[in-house]
Amino acid sequence: MQHIEQLISAATTEFAGVNDAAQLEQAKARYLGKSGSLTELLKGLGKMPAEERRSAGAAINRAKDQIEASLNTRREAIKRAALEAQLDASALDITLPGRGRGRGGLHPAIRTLERIQELFRSIGFEVADGPEIEEDWYNFTALNTPENHPARSMHDTFYLEDAPGVLLRTHTSPVQIRYMKAHVARYGHLEHMPEIRIIAPGRVYRVDSDATHSPMFHQVEGLWVGENVCFADLKGVAADFLRRFFESDDLKVRFRPSFFPFTEPSAEIDVAFMSGTMEGRWLEIAGCGMVHPNVLRNGGIDPERYTGFAFGMGPDRLTMLRYGIDDLRLFYDGDLRFLAQFN
Amino acid sequence: MQFSEHWLRTLVNPPLSSQELAHLLTMAGLEVEEMQPVAPAFGGVVVAQVLSVDKHPDADKLKLCRVDAGLGEPLQIVCGAPNVAVGMKVPCALVGAALPGITIKKAKVRGVESFGMLCSARELGISEDHGGLLALAQDALVGQDIRQHLLLDDTLFTLKLTPNRADCLSLQGIAREVAALSGAPLTLPGIEPVAAMHDRQRPILLDAPKVCPRYCGRIVSGVNARAASPDWMKQRLERRGIRAISALVDVTNYVMLELGQPLHAFDNAKLEGSIHVRYPLAGEQLLLLNEQTITPAADAALIADEHQGARALALAGIMGGEDSGISDATTDLFLESAFFSPAAIAGKARALGFSSDASYRYERGVDFRLQRAAIERATQLILDICGGSPGRVVEAVSPAHLPQRPPVKLRSARAAKVLGIQLSVAQIEKLLQGLGFPLTRTTDDFVITPPSYRYDIEIEEDLIEEIARLHGYDNIPAPLPSGSLAMLPLPEEQRGAMQLRHQLAERDFQEVVNYSFVDAAWEADFYGNTAPIALANPIASQMGVMRSGMIGGLVGTLAYNLKRRTKRVRVFEIGRGFLHDPAAVAVAGFHQPLRIAALCAGPADPEQWCAATRNVDFFDLKADVESLFSQRQLSFVKLAHPALHPGRAATILLDGDAIGMIGELHPQWVQKYELASLGNAAPIVFEIELAALTHQPLPRYREVSRFPSVERDLALLVAHDQPLQPLLDALRAAAPAIVRDIQLFDLYHGKGIDDKQKSLAFHIVMQDTEKTLADSEADAVINRLIEIAADKFSAVLRS
Repeated sequence: MQHIEQLISAATTEFAGVNDAAQLEQAKARYLGKSGSLTELLKGLGKMPAEERRSAGAAINRAKDQIEASLNTRREAIKRAALEAQLDASALDITLPGRGRGRGGLHPAIRTLERIQELFRSIGFEVADGPEIEEDWYNFTALNTPENHPARSMHDTFYLEDAPGVLLRTHTSPVQIRYMKAHVARYGHLEHMPEIRIIAPGRVYRVDSDATHSPMFHQVEGLWVGENVCFADLKGVAADFLRRFFESDDLKVRFRPSFFPFTEPSAEIDVAFMSGTMEGRWLEIAGCGMVHPNVLRNGGIDPERYTGFAFGMGPDRLTMLRYGIDDLRLFYDGDLRFLAQFN
Repeated sequence: MQFSEHWLRTLVNPPLSSQELAHLLTMAGLEVEEMQPVAPAFGGVVVAQVLSVDKHPDADKLKLCRVDAGLGEPLQIVCGAPNVAVGMKVPCALVGAALPGITIKKAKVRGVESFGMLCSARELGISEDHGGLLALAQDALVGQDIRQHLLLDDTLFTLKLTPNRADCLSLQGIAREVAALSGAPLTLPGIEPVAAMHDRQRPILLDAPKVCPRYCGRIVSGVNARAASPDWMKQRLERRGIRAISALVDVTNYVMLELGQPLHAFDNAKLEGSIHVRYPLAGEQLLLLNEQTITPAADAALIADEHQGARALALAGIMGGEDSGISDATTDLFLESAFFSPAAIAGKARALGFSSDASYRYERGVDFRLQRAAIERATQLILDICGGSPGRVVEAVSPAHLPQRPPVKLRSARAAKVLGIQLSVAQIEKLLQGLGFPLTRTTDDFVITPPSYRYDIEIEEDLIEEIARLHGYDNIPAPLPSGSLAMLPLPEEQRGAMQLRHQLAERDFQEVVNYSFVDAAWEADFYGNTAPIALANPIASQMGVMRSGMIGGLVGTLAYNLKRRTKRVRVFEIGRGFLHDPAAVAVAGFHQPLRIAALCAGPADPEQWCAATRNVDFFDLKADVESLFSQRQLSFVKLAHPALHPGRAATILLDGDAIGMIGELHPQWVQKYELASLGNAAPIVFEIELAALTHQPLPRYREVSRFPSVERDLALLVAHDQPLQPLLDALRAAAPAIVRDIQLFDLYHGKGIDDKQKSLAFHIVMQDTEKTLADSEADAVINRLIEIAADKFSAVLRS
């Protein structure tokens, strides 16, 4: 019986030393083959006395199982090693760059418009739109700025040739009038008109051109008209928006009396950052106010019953502050080296 | 509006620092745009008198001065200024004085000891004048600190006034505002009527009372026009940015700044007869003080006299005439202090291409009760400075044409509703009283009569703004509003421009924003548009017309980037085209559709390893277009378009409607638009109506079959110029319902087939939802398709 134990040990040792599937099979034959050591032992069983044969047979079968297990383990290991070697050989340089199509992006000012739209949409403001070639009446007169009003000199206006009373809109405010009229046409018959909550982003035009002025630029108009809309609401909404837009809870926001013909009371909104290169400086960011009763009337709305606030901001300027851009002209040059920075 | 803080503080002097005063004004709506000290920080400079001037023993250009600086003993100072003279009073920096940039020490100048420095204005940092020593007034007090003598501890405030606050275009107006805001008392100069000393006068006739409802005139005779203005007056004018000219001009400017009333002085010797304020006669012309000869507008008013019957002297409220103005030789004045209506003056100066101090004030609104006080104030100053003897003030007035100040009602409840704060009635009353407006109160409401100097108090909201302003915008809370939580509609079939932008960005396009106004040549070249919408006042000729489409701009973007050595350009823009269209409604005659346009040029993919580079072509961009429409079927028909290659351009049709175009840029534009560096990589463009893309039908479910599909390939030989689309359309139309898809998978011409033919290979997928298809059924379909192709397109099966 001691012989059997030695045989198991010898087989295990021999298998472990083999690194090749064919050699392993040859080694197997030496123990389990037709004339293998263990097979020989089995053949010798018949010569044993009956009383010994039973226990010897059991021992031989156990040894056979152990040797086979040891063989299988080794087979698996050799197979795994072969696969690993094969995979190793087909390894990639995983530091090479990816292939395929590139990716473009949105214009930085449009990216800002999208953020503005989403922030305001989250409190129920829909997006409205209006024409860029606009009638004088919508751009000025309906906004309480009659002909020769000194406030008209605040806007240097592009006019069209041979088209009196038509101009390029100088601000997005005419959308206020167009939207109010459409709203009244749709809901005016109801006892309670639904509120108007819109923002109107778009291009506007003024005769002006230098590092901080472009003859065409973006503006976003906001308008909220309802039965109980007040100046405190305007302050709340505008301050909340600016803190969300700049993602800065300690942004300082101040409202300063100002003048626009289409709002009364009117305010200028200034912000001051608490860090960065602009730290502590008040920067003018938007004009706003309570919609002037004449403007509500021109939109077909009774100013005694409904009040509202409006604001106008420059998304180009917000974009410049947000990303630290110092020249507005870059927005309209179409230089891909600039534009791609925002993708 | 720029002014000296010191001057303001002589009228109202709240216990506030300069910074605090500026903050007070800014937060009340009078934005302080700039604050600038009159002089830099320095000390140790006093008024000194030159006692003697001798030659320097060792230097021709230097002089040896003895100077009394009020120290008891005279100082010896070496001085190089050309204008040093015995007796003159000059600023003297004593030993130890710290001037901008230098500290004065006892020094030896070419061997002679010098105990200080006599100074020019530039050395004190108060002006650029370095022509010589700053000559001080002869009555300057020797030994007095120069900062006190010249009032150098002063700050220039610049206000950015809004057009509604014309009342703050004067020191008096700003002082009134500061008093209301701070509660500090107002000390305005006392103005007394000046008694007439002779009876010479000119009758005044208001023939255009709508323009001029009040006119005061007075003759002042025997003045010395050459008298010098006093230093304090010159200084206040200069600190306002107005150059002192002569005493008479300075006085009219001074009173305008002080009170806000524009004045005009005529040379009385040049006038004849009565003064008429009237509309211009036919063809009448006038030479203005700015040497511009004008033909006044019919609704402008002239100041005129009766020389040869009628003669224009000045353009009312805007500018005096060259021929009737004062000069050094003037001895008798005719002084004008008039009120002109804002509506009558508004826009007149601008129409002539200039602005004057007078027109700027009149068009915004001058206090219509100020004229008499202003003429008295000016008379007194003229008498004080230039001498002379005054006549009486002749005042012509048309009360019916003066501005009205109807009372304005203010309800406390309305103020609370608009502002969103609860101010007590007593608080509101106190704020209104601070403004000094006459008011009456009934239980909760007020009636206010706006003063003659305020043109911006017409309705209740104007008073609400005044209350908010005085209460302080900062003191109004900023709560988050609460409201109904109704959700906004989100129509699934609608797609916004933002979504399309993201889709194109994902397909490797960069968004650009180009100007809506373009070069007229772009419109002609790229759209064949020879009658574009033109601007009346473009900023540059190459931005002279409105674009009808965006291709020109995108080609411009391409050229700009090629010049900067970018080889691969893929850009898009969403914007409006502008077209004449009699049917357009929103703005009559102008159609302004939103469009989406894109351009690509250069390699189809970014340069990368292990991939062959090929240039982008028509079909790459076509795939981009098709992807925008996702499942909607487009068709393409051949297009002739001025921007595009005649054989490589198509109209894009959606449900039979033309919604855009796509094509390769016409080679003829490559040279003209500086695109030669592209070589043979032609730019491809598309432009599509945005409206066609914003609608996206709701997806509809179709049963997914549990039975296997049968796939067959079919290669057909057709004429080499046979377009695919009609053939494909015909096959699809003829296919029975079991045909799920027919796709082209190969196009071949060349070896093995006739020169005049090409092979189109289709992959056909068939499937039934009810059963497994038998081969015979599939064969029948294929045979049917071959038959159709043969019948309509003379196609033969490729063997």
